[in-house]
Amino acid sequence: MDAFIVITLIKLALIAFVLLTAVAYLQWVERKVIAHIQVRPGPYRVGPHGLLQPLADVIKLITKEDMMPSYVNKPLYLFAPFIAVAMALLSIAVIPFGPTIEVAGYQTWMQLTDLNIGVLFILAASSMGVYGIALAGWASNNKYALLGGLRSSAQMISYELPLALAVASPLLVSNTLSLRKLVGSQEGGILHWNVIGGGQIVAFLVFVIAAFAETNRVPFDLPEAENELVAGFHTEYSSMKFAAFFMAEYLNMVTVSCMAALLFLGGWDAPWAPEHGSRFVPSIIFVIAGLTALYHGANPPHKLDRYTFTAFGLIFLVLAAIFVAPIVQSWLLPLFWFVAKAGIILFAFIWIRGTLPRFRYDQLMGFAWKFLFPVAMLNLLVTSFLIAWFA
Amino acid sequence: MSEPGVPGQFTATLERDQPETGPRRMILNMGPQHPSTHGVLRLLIELDGETITHCEPDIGYLHTGIEKECEVKTYQQAVTLTDRVDYLAPLSNNLAYCLAVEKLLQLEIPPQAQWMRVMLAEFTRLNSHLVWLATHAIDIGAMSVFLYCFREREEILRIFEMFSGQRMMTSYFRIGGLALEPPRGWYQRVKKFIDIFPSRVDEYENLLTANPIWIGRTKGVGFISLEDMLDLGVTGPMLRAAGLKIDARKDRPYSSYDKFDFEVPTRTANDVYARYQVRIEELRQSAKIIRQAMEGMPSGPWKADDPHVVLPDREKMKTQMEALIYHFKIVTEGFRVPEGEVYHVIESPRGELGYYVVSDGTATPYRVHMRTPSFGNLQAVPTMVEGILIADVIASIGSMDFVLGDTDR
Repeated sequence: MDAFIVITLIKLALIAFVLLTAVAYLQWVERKVIAHIQVRPGPYRVGPHGLLQPLADVIKLITKEDMMPSYVNKPLYLFAPFIAVAMALLSIAVIPFGPTIEVAGYQTWMQLTDLNIGVLFILAASSMGVYGIALAGWASNNKYALLGGLRSSAQMISYELPLALAVASPLLVSNTLSLRKLVGSQEGGILHWNVIGGGQIVAFLVFVIAAFAETNRVPFDLPEAENELVAGFHTEYSSMKFAAFFMAEYLNMVTVSCMAALLFLGGWDAPWAPEHGSRFVPSIIFVIAGLTALYHGANPPHKLDRYTFTAFGLIFLVLAAIFVAPIVQSWLLPLFWFVAKAGIILFAFIWIRGTLPRFRYDQLMGFAWKFLFPVAMLNLLVTSFLIAWFA
Repeated sequence: MSEPGVPGQFTATLERDQPETGPRRMILNMGPQHPSTHGVLRLLIELDGETITHCEPDIGYLHTGIEKECEVKTYQQAVTLTDRVDYLAPLSNNLAYCLAVEKLLQLEIPPQAQWMRVMLAEFTRLNSHLVWLATHAIDIGAMSVFLYCFREREEILRIFEMFSGQRMMTSYFRIGGLALEPPRGWYQRVKKFIDIFPSRVDEYENLLTANPIWIGRTKGVGFISLEDMLDLGVTGPMLRAAGLKIDARKDRPYSSYDKFDFEVPTRTANDVYARYQVRIEELRQSAKIIRQAMEGMPSGPWKADDPHVVLPDREKMKTQMEALIYHFKIVTEGFRVPEGEVYHVIESPRGELGYYVVSDGTATPYRVHMRTPSFGNLQAVPTMVEGILIADVIASIGSMDFVLGDTDR
């Protein structure tokens, strides 16, 4: 029993550390990708290619003066960012990142805790997250923040319905609510994944669209529509309290991306069997990336890139070597596939932000209720009929 | 149309109609420091939910006193002030002012200078429209278009810098012609830009024109009847988007615009989308005019032949006594302009830009008044935004394309 506690504590620390770093670097990736979409270099000054920029941002946000307007509703004003970030962190607890591993003789899952109702738990936690934003908007006692908070509560409640309906169909196909068993039911390559094998492509698309709205991302970023509502619900928040909302948004992005990977894309399951070559895919990708970086290191576009690109190239090559080592392959490969799948969806988040304009409030609601909701409903009905028919 | 408010009593005007008890409508103060009011416009908005029931614009936060200041400058010095009126279209303002004063002086401008003025005025139109498209797009949430537009604008500013040494406040036009001839290599740079520019406009259109979200946000939004617009003094692309083919470049050609072949684009939908289409088409037409001007540029002098008004060449000034005296006189006390008054209208990127200049026979203008398009266009705000959503206010304001410096002279 003691070992269980120790292992859980280690996992807790590890997941919290990796996740928060990942969130910080997700922001770096977002800034870089958007910058390249928009023909500019993006962060470049702090560290090589701006790699230390997240650290600098964190230091800046922590040391900034924390201003609190005198007319706010103090308890709620202070409580709101806490709810937002706590609920975002909470949902990560039930997400499995890979299969079992053996640590010092103990079998354990790459997951903090396996609830048998994991999916419901995530939905509940994300619903609670709305309170953070709605209360922030209300407690700020600011008209722009209030409008932002109102929009956000309406939006998130509306989009939760299609989201939940879209989630329900793969649950029917896999016949479980536990995220771990969901992945287990999709094992055996790309043809067995819910998105293809389960015929849930429609549910997948509805899920992704609703996820954009749930996380307040472009084109659904109305609660913080800068050009209309200044900064929306976090207008009156500064310093770390602002950072908490920011973090919550990115954590939510990570959660929904993981959800999409788990529910529809087979979780950590490789697209085809490792014996038939899929175990070499990570190594091949890293070798290509490493050689590209080495080539650019040899022909540096900027003076310092001679060293930075070479270093990146070598790191990639070492990673490629690690991925072919048989000892670690058993747990590194699933992790790779999981991160790759979630990463592709996260990239889509960023890509869309660089491309699309924003919906109007009424159009957004119309889209949720008149299009997404019926489509998700129909999909659920058809899925359940088919399952009843063939079962 | 809404009633004009009492200056300084906006909030009182708004709260007068509010019930003592029961639900009251929210009054939102938008601006003067707001990301989307394009400068320092202040809008007092009365909201019912997110629907606007009443709106009163408040201007004057960028009052510069340029009109008054012109009265203590010589005619030539005042050119540099006109740049600062509409800082997105400095050369259009230079042009209107110079044309007005030249009309008083009855100066004959050589054809090459005229063509060059047309070319640069069209570059100004590109510059202004690009900034408009950039800010309009980012207001509606399309972030990348903003930076794509600024990429092209940067090249235009470099082209400006190359001939005048300044990126924005070029002050390149002189009364009687141009300050200098363009430097070597300038035409090649213009050609390179003009060759690539139409494909860049296609790029913006790819992102926006057929985008369902963009269409949803702009089509049918910001309607205001043509009669109302004419009553309020709205001009420029907004009228053309309502189907009225009005353009000073065609109707009252100045600076040899009649020698160029171009279309005046019109649409009839009279909404934000139509205004967007009209301006995008104007980008293409302006590029066409610039190409024509570049290819058919006549040869000849850069300045009018009037030693009383136009500064002599540097070379002559250093070698000839007479030229030196003229130079000294013009620089120290300016030139006298015959008594009279004149009003000259050009088509600026924003609409009808008129300069009214009164001379009392001395070397400084007695009065300079600008009929600026931004001021007229801004009058349409209350009528246009009443009854629409707060998000549409941003789109509507963006489609008007006003510059606050141009409004508060």
